Amino acid sequence: MTRAIDEKELRRVLSQTVAVPSEGGFETRLAERAMSEGVLDVVYTTFDSPLGTGVVAATPSGIVRVGLPNEAPEIVVEELAHTLSPRILEAPSRLDRERRELDEYFAGRRREFDLPIDWTLARSGFYRKVLDQLREIPYGQLATYGEVAARAGSARAHRAAGSACGSNPVPIVVPCHRVVRSGGNVGNYGGGPEMKRFLLRHEGAI
Amino acid sequence: MSTLPPFHSLIDEHRGTVFGFLRGMVGPDDAEDCLQETFLAALRAYPDAEPGNLRGWLFTIARNKAIDHHRSRRGAPAPAGASDELDGIAPEAAPSWLGGPVDAGMNERDGQVWMAVGELPTGQRAAVLLRFAVDLRYGEIGTALGCSEDAARRRVHDGLRTLRDTAGPGLQEVA
Repeated sequence: MTRAIDEKELRRVLSQTVAVPSEGGFETRLAERAMSEGVLDVVYTTFDSPLGTGVVAATPSGIVRVGLPNEAPEIVVEELAHTLSPRILEAPSRLDRERRELDEYFAGRRREFDLPIDWTLARSGFYRKVLDQLREIPYGQLATYGEVAARAGSARAHRAAGSACGSNPVPIVVPCHRVVRSGGNVGNYGGGPEMKRFLLRHEGAI
Repeated sequence: MSTLPPFHSLIDEHRGTVFGFLRGMVGPDDAEDCLQETFLAALRAYPDAEPGNLRGWLFTIARNKAIDHHRSRRGAPAPAGASDELDGIAPEAAPSWLGGPVDAGMNERDGQVWMAVGELPTGQRAAVLLRFAVDLRYGEIGTALGCSEDAARRRVHDGLRTLRDTAGPGLQEVA
């Protein structure tokens, strides 16, 4: 006797989830192929820090964004899709160097980052001059907003210098955490004041 | 500014169902390669994708990759005059798994259902898979198959009728 296949059975049998054999490697392999073809615009991966998980993203020109642990990685990725390009994939193997340098920094074995930076997400003009100045502040040293403003060419623009620090798309790598208020208060930080104090203590600056 | 979601989330959301569709179209051995090809082609074309119908758009690409796969196997283009490129795929291009068990460990009846679906004419098979494996709406099936919503509905119904009418040896059951 034959039992006919009906819609209900079809749905039950055909919708059984079939595991994609190479589930884990699928996105990585896709990213590798897409990169070599030049059709992938942004790659990202997560990194561990003593204060939680962050996310680091890069374009073919360099590191473009560091999301600190107080930002949800999926929100950072969504934002990158909107502002840079929706052609974005998770590709840890493409960010080995970035991750290694961050790991070394948090382990206390690295004082400077040696990574090309893609400044697409930074504002141009004075803001950008401030961000460039930040890279000159050595590990473990502090500068005030006023000092940074002066070095960027406008001594009275300490408030704008503060905004520029706050807009830094690549914190830690570009050390905006080394800029503090003249009164000795550490001031604001995108990753939260707690993280700023942690980084400055980690560097032995406070 | 783009309103498209990150491509990463497209993979997360649709990889499983696209794989299920391709598995039914080209068989389990080649489905994974076709899946890579599908998402690579999707990534290439992504900036021009229609944000409102990403699922239909993605399955259009998957369908085209299934056609490419069959063509490269046969080494010839579809015969002229076929109403649909899928219908132009000759029966000998049917997946290699048709004769054997679909999956080790799958229960017998489920295996029979998969085989019966595998024996459907390719156009009907695509429509049936998109409807019951992927759960697309008829409008989305139309997008994916390059036909109207009505034609998509007809094709699914044709597939169901074929399944009812031609209960092959695989579906014989001893009462």
